[in-house]
Amino acid sequence: MQVLQLIISGIAQGCIYGLIALGFVLIYKATETVSFAQGELMMLGAFLGLALMTVTGLPFWLAVLAAMAAMAVFGVAAERAVIRPILGQPAFSIVMLTFGIGYVARGAVTMIPAIGTETHTLPVPYKDQVWKLGELVLNVEQLVVIALTVVLCGLLFTLFRYSKIGIAMQASSQNQLAAYYMGIPVQRLNGLVWGLAAAVAAIAGLLLAPITFIHANMGFIGLKAFPAAVVGGFGSLPGAIVGGLIIGVVESLSGFYLPEGFKDIAAYIVVLAMLMIKPNGLFGETMRKKV
Amino acid sequence: MRFLFKTSYDQDIALARHGGQRFWYGLLLVLLLAAPVLLQDYGLAQLTFVLIYGIVGLGLMLLAGFTGLFSIGHAAFLGVGAYVEAYLVARGVPFPLALASAMALSAGVGVLVGLPALRVKGLYLGIATMAFGFIVAEVFARWESVTGGNAGTHVKAPAIGGWALDSSIELYYLCLVLAVASTLGILNLLRSPTGRAFVAIRDSEVSAQSMGIHLARYKTMSFAISAALAGLGGALYAHMIKFLSPDQFDIIQSIDLLLMVVIGGLGSVHGAFLGAMFLIGMPQLISASKDVLPDAIGQAPGLKAVVYGAVLIAFVLFEPMGLYGRWLKIRTFFTIFPFYRKGMFKRQKSFQKSDRLR
Repeated sequence: MQVLQLIISGIAQGCIYGLIALGFVLIYKATETVSFAQGELMMLGAFLGLALMTVTGLPFWLAVLAAMAAMAVFGVAAERAVIRPILGQPAFSIVMLTFGIGYVARGAVTMIPAIGTETHTLPVPYKDQVWKLGELVLNVEQLVVIALTVVLCGLLFTLFRYSKIGIAMQASSQNQLAAYYMGIPVQRLNGLVWGLAAAVAAIAGLLLAPITFIHANMGFIGLKAFPAAVVGGFGSLPGAIVGGLIIGVVESLSGFYLPEGFKDIAAYIVVLAMLMIKPNGLFGETMRKKV
Repeated sequence: MRFLFKTSYDQDIALARHGGQRFWYGLLLVLLLAAPVLLQDYGLAQLTFVLIYGIVGLGLMLLAGFTGLFSIGHAAFLGVGAYVEAYLVARGVPFPLALASAMALSAGVGVLVGLPALRVKGLYLGIATMAFGFIVAEVFARWESVTGGNAGTHVKAPAIGGWALDSSIELYYLCLVLAVASTLGILNLLRSPTGRAFVAIRDSEVSAQSMGIHLARYKTMSFAISAALAGLGGALYAHMIKFLSPDQFDIIQSIDLLLMVVIGGLGSVHGAFLGAMFLIGMPQLISASKDVLPDAIGQAPGLKAVVYGAVLIAFVLFEPMGLYGRWLKIRTFFTIFPFYRKGMFKRQKSFQKSDRLR
């Protein structure tokens, strides 16, 4: 029973990692850029949701939608303002740029007087409820995370499979130039992908908020989503979720069975092992370099 | 205007290209030697930090700027150097020996990290080094018998026999000598076949390989040298700050180090020191500006992060060659005075080289 309990809480945590990793993968597939600002986008989304709920008094679900929409706009704006001008430059310049965005976002939130430096709890309707299922004690917060992740994955799947825009995104992620020749507005799509990634990050932030707290440094959890993305194979959307689940479960189990301290680094040990054995990840495509 | 008239091939690889350079670098050295007389205690301490970070920056510059391998866990090497130095000096090992062991152990760890680097590239390497950095930081926190754990550990002053270098002036000269030595070492390395091989790997692995460069060997070598310099910097850092705790070597420090080389100017030796000056000088500037700014902005704790981030974004967008690139432009403007054109350093429109192989 205890193992099951641990695995469920691991899956819930893993869903969060998976959602953040989804953001990395979306951006990577579309623009071949790695965004280190994803964790900070999540933090911004959480703060935005908090502000909407406490200041304007919106109900939780409306606040989630509003925060998502606002973060999507923010993502599109960030792409337009700083990423697009240097597209095509070495990948590392863009990585440093996303570090810069992360710094600014973290600093800007900290600068908000009396709010930025505190930790907050998000007043969600399902706070501190538990379901008892036999011997199993199920935390509703964790169940909501799992359920919403499943729904979100379904939505994204439908988007990419059936909608015109999703198919265009797939095409441009496979070959930008060919997609451009087919009349797909690649640049505008890249902006949309950033918006989508930011919206997903906002959901991740709002789902994480009841489990941990909301504070300016919560974005650092985004660094744990990198292992998730790598384990799943960096270019694969289902891989991101699976990788997230693996990392989450490993972390949860090692926190219980291994000595203290292993919980924090379990994810990194897994990713190092993965890079040694199978650098392309579980679902990654293997491609050979041609000159 | 100055015309360089080359009469022998040796001039192509000479450290100083003309008399002017000899004069200015000589003047810089004289000023640095006289710094303890010219500066107050506080200024001297800041200058020492610039030299220490400059040494670490040189290492990272060799790796990131000249070999094209990016490490997001360089603080780990810094930490290894610092803790080895602290541990050995506390047990009475003579200081030069401790310093050498710090460098050697860091280099060993660097080779260890470099091994996966042979299989993975680009972004995967960054993530591998980041993962490694996290693991090392955790080891620093948990291995209490050696590192003192989260409570931290004190560092004794460096000593050779009965002669202890315990004043700030002696420490400054120690850092100066080592910084000059490592700069000359790196410059020398870069004009040798090894250094050329590093640059070739950065520009194109495939063509480097087809020119007969052993990728695995040179990448590992670059990692080892870079880590050794970080270890040297770490050892000096330990003596300078006199108190070590694991949170000095976390991911923030690693990102700061990267920020330092990017702002200094990737691919230039000057950039390491210019970046170090930025990293050390910026907090001073910010705290100086606090009196001028309104309280709501000036006293806010996040100001430093916002300024760093904004400066980083501005540099990547507008001055990809960093502070050194800016200096190059100013210098070119004056050396060819009436003929400077606006487009001389214009970034070429380039198409992204795909990391994804197909």
